[in-house]
Amino acid sequence: MSDQPVSKAPGWALWLPLAIFANFIVLVLVGLLRPADREVASAMIGKPLPQFDLPAAVADKPGLKTAEMATGKPKLLNVFASWCIPCAVEAPQLGTLAASGIEIDGIAIRDRREDLDAFLARNGNPFARIGKDDVSSVQLAIGSSGVPETFVIDGEGTIRYQHIGEIRPEHVALIRAKLAEAAK
Amino acid sequence: MIAEFGLAALWLAAALAALQLLAGAMSLTGKGEAFAGIVRPVAVVQGLLCAVAFASLIVLFCQTDLSVKLVAMNSHSAKPFIYKFAGTWGNHEGSMLLWVAVMSLSGGFLALVERRLPERTMLATLAGQAFVSLGFYAFLLISSNPFERLPEPAKEGVGLNPLLQDMGLAFHPPTLYLGYVGLSVAFSFAIGALVTREVGPAFARAMRPWVLGAWIFLTLGITAGSYWAYYELGWGGWWFWDPVENASLMPWLAATALLHSVSVLAARNALRAWTIMLGVVAFSMSMVGTFLVRSGILTSVHAFAVDPERGSFILALLAINIGGALTLFAIRAATVTEGERFAVTSREGALVFNNVMLSAILGIVLFGTLYPLLAEAMGAKVSVGPPYFNPMGALFAVPMLLVMAVGPLLRWRNDRFSRIRRVVLIPAAVVVIVAIGLAIWTRLHVLPFIGLALAGGLAVASLLPLRGRKLSRAPLATWGMVLAHFGIAVSLFGMASESAFSTERLVAVNLGESTKVGPWNIRLNAIQSVAGPNWTALEADLTGRYRDGTAIVIKPQARSFWSPPQQTSESALVTRWNGQLYAVLGDEAEDGRWQLRLWWKPFVPLIWLGGVLIGLGGLLAMIGRVASDIRRIVARDKIAFRRERQGR
Repeated sequence: MSDQPVSKAPGWALWLPLAIFANFIVLVLVGLLRPADREVASAMIGKPLPQFDLPAAVADKPGLKTAEMATGKPKLLNVFASWCIPCAVEAPQLGTLAASGIEIDGIAIRDRREDLDAFLARNGNPFARIGKDDVSSVQLAIGSSGVPETFVIDGEGTIRYQHIGEIRPEHVALIRAKLAEAAK
Repeated sequence: MIAEFGLAALWLAAALAALQLLAGAMSLTGKGEAFAGIVRPVAVVQGLLCAVAFASLIVLFCQTDLSVKLVAMNSHSAKPFIYKFAGTWGNHEGSMLLWVAVMSLSGGFLALVERRLPERTMLATLAGQAFVSLGFYAFLLISSNPFERLPEPAKEGVGLNPLLQDMGLAFHPPTLYLGYVGLSVAFSFAIGALVTREVGPAFARAMRPWVLGAWIFLTLGITAGSYWAYYELGWGGWWFWDPVENASLMPWLAATALLHSVSVLAARNALRAWTIMLGVVAFSMSMVGTFLVRSGILTSVHAFAVDPERGSFILALLAINIGGALTLFAIRAATVTEGERFAVTSREGALVFNNVMLSAILGIVLFGTLYPLLAEAMGAKVSVGPPYFNPMGALFAVPMLLVMAVGPLLRWRNDRFSRIRRVVLIPAAVVVIVAIGLAIWTRLHVLPFIGLALAGGLAVASLLPLRGRKLSRAPLATWGMVLAHFGIAVSLFGMASESAFSTERLVAVNLGESTKVGPWNIRLNAIQSVAGPNWTALEADLTGRYRDGTAIVIKPQARSFWSPPQQTSESALVTRWNGQLYAVLGDEAEDGRWQLRLWWKPFVPLIWLGGVLIGLGGLLAMIGRVASDIRRIVARDKIAFRRERQGR
């Protein structure tokens, strides 16, 4: 094989690292300066839940299907994963909500049973049912793009509110208000 | 007094850094050559003063001087001595002082011993080092003063986060910082070379030991940190893709790429601009990591005291240091003359390929770490975890490891694959045999399956560069490479095995009851309470039998610290040659049974053993390189001496 010259980088390529870095700075500035705006109107709000039937994610809780979601009482649907750090942060708030009699169902995204067991043992298990969504199909269908997210579902199985990101202590009142709204 | 003394030393060191920068810059302009002579001594004294400041803080912590705010907020008189000492860097201000101390000491050491660089490049390098240090001095003195006094001495300290009260704290942060911040020398070298445009094999040979040294510490620091998190957090995991872990992995990936490209530059005078860029990128990643960790912009299990003002300060430093360096790179790199050419099938070709793969993995980790920010900027808050990092990383790691197996067998400049085909068949056969064995006897996920098969082949392939050589005559640097590459195989085997074969039990048992995990039989004999210097604990008295072997006593604890009040679980580990038993004591259930979490993790210690081997490989290479450099210098001096005599 003959000498194949490895050609020298063109001039513009040398500016590439700086351009990437400039993007990083802009991104971080946005993150630092802008207080996070967590209320996002989802495209799915006001629509009924799509049809799904998820197998059980852990041994001691049943799976989750659409038919069981319309119970006549508003409830929460929490999209989470054991590998997600903000999910651990919101666990105490979910625990508080569950303790006050609110039914919470969970969808575990791309998770393993052992990891989930460990996560629930560590952070508490506020869930009535946990469905296992290994390919994010249901997650995408209900209009969720990440974890954690929490949906308020009314008694007819309609999505009434979408909370993006972890539920912080200051959000608990908001969630209760949305649940009360959904009960009307 | 000691606090004021330390603060004065720190201010003085900052002033000397300013002097070092000025004198260095002046002497480069040609007008102030008289200043050139003071740059090196100033750098050395600056390093020493910073060491004095750091030592002062250590003394304050060891004495538990509660009139100092930092000590009162982070220490406690009843804490065991070792944690008083190591607690010096178990907080934001103290660890920043450690950062600055490492930076100025490595600059001082550089000024003291490095004689191979052209003097102008050396001056530019030391000026660059002073410039970067100056920013961090300002950060420390203005917004994070570790020596601040309280108006009234506190009666008692708040205490140190119990998770940090472990021997890991004594080793992990200092080692990691030596690597993390030691990379600043490579950064300054790159700046120096860009200023004077002197990039070539001599420059690379001078730079290599500094890169290698930082890389060894970084490797050992990450290994130690991973093991510490594994046994201390009690989750049984050894890597969480947490932003802080990624912050240490990213500089390591860049430094690994740099280490290899600097070797190409030293041996073949190729990859000039690329090596310089990696020099800039490696330490930039250290700074970016520090920013991400301390600004609180990302949620992490490592909780530093989070403060947006500090975040803005470090961000400004980042913009100036990295932005400046990359601008300089963009302007000057075009004028750095092109290096030697080489064929695709050559050792350089393989090294370039792996450099690109390492950079790609770096990009994936950086993107994944920043993705939550990106999503938040668009109005969503998300977390990215192993489902993203593992497959995406593997996508580039697998081709990289394959080329790593073959690359060292190729010749420099130009080679034919057919020449080494027969040799490569040996590791390839190992991969196939392991893969067939696994396919028959086990049912594994894709990644562990690839990992195990590849690890077998890599282990064999890593030894091949020694074939046909007289082992006693192979250079130390070659031994170092072989050992480091073998370490990668060992570590990979541990990771894949942990992921493939771990078994876990979460059970509630009565006293006297037994349970099984993997090949182990575990019996809960008793629960007793024990007291430590600043904690009390419930301790499970377990007996474990591996198959039907002798009984081993295992004592995991659930500790309650009282200052600050916090519970930690102290896992108990039993290490065998073929794996580790990991036991954690949980809560008492209402019916009087006790929760136990048990794991049997076959070959998991190999993950860290591999890390240590990689570091040792680096050390061997370092010794070999430095020794041959010294021999070369001595020989050159001898020739010069003879010529001088003949001339007379």
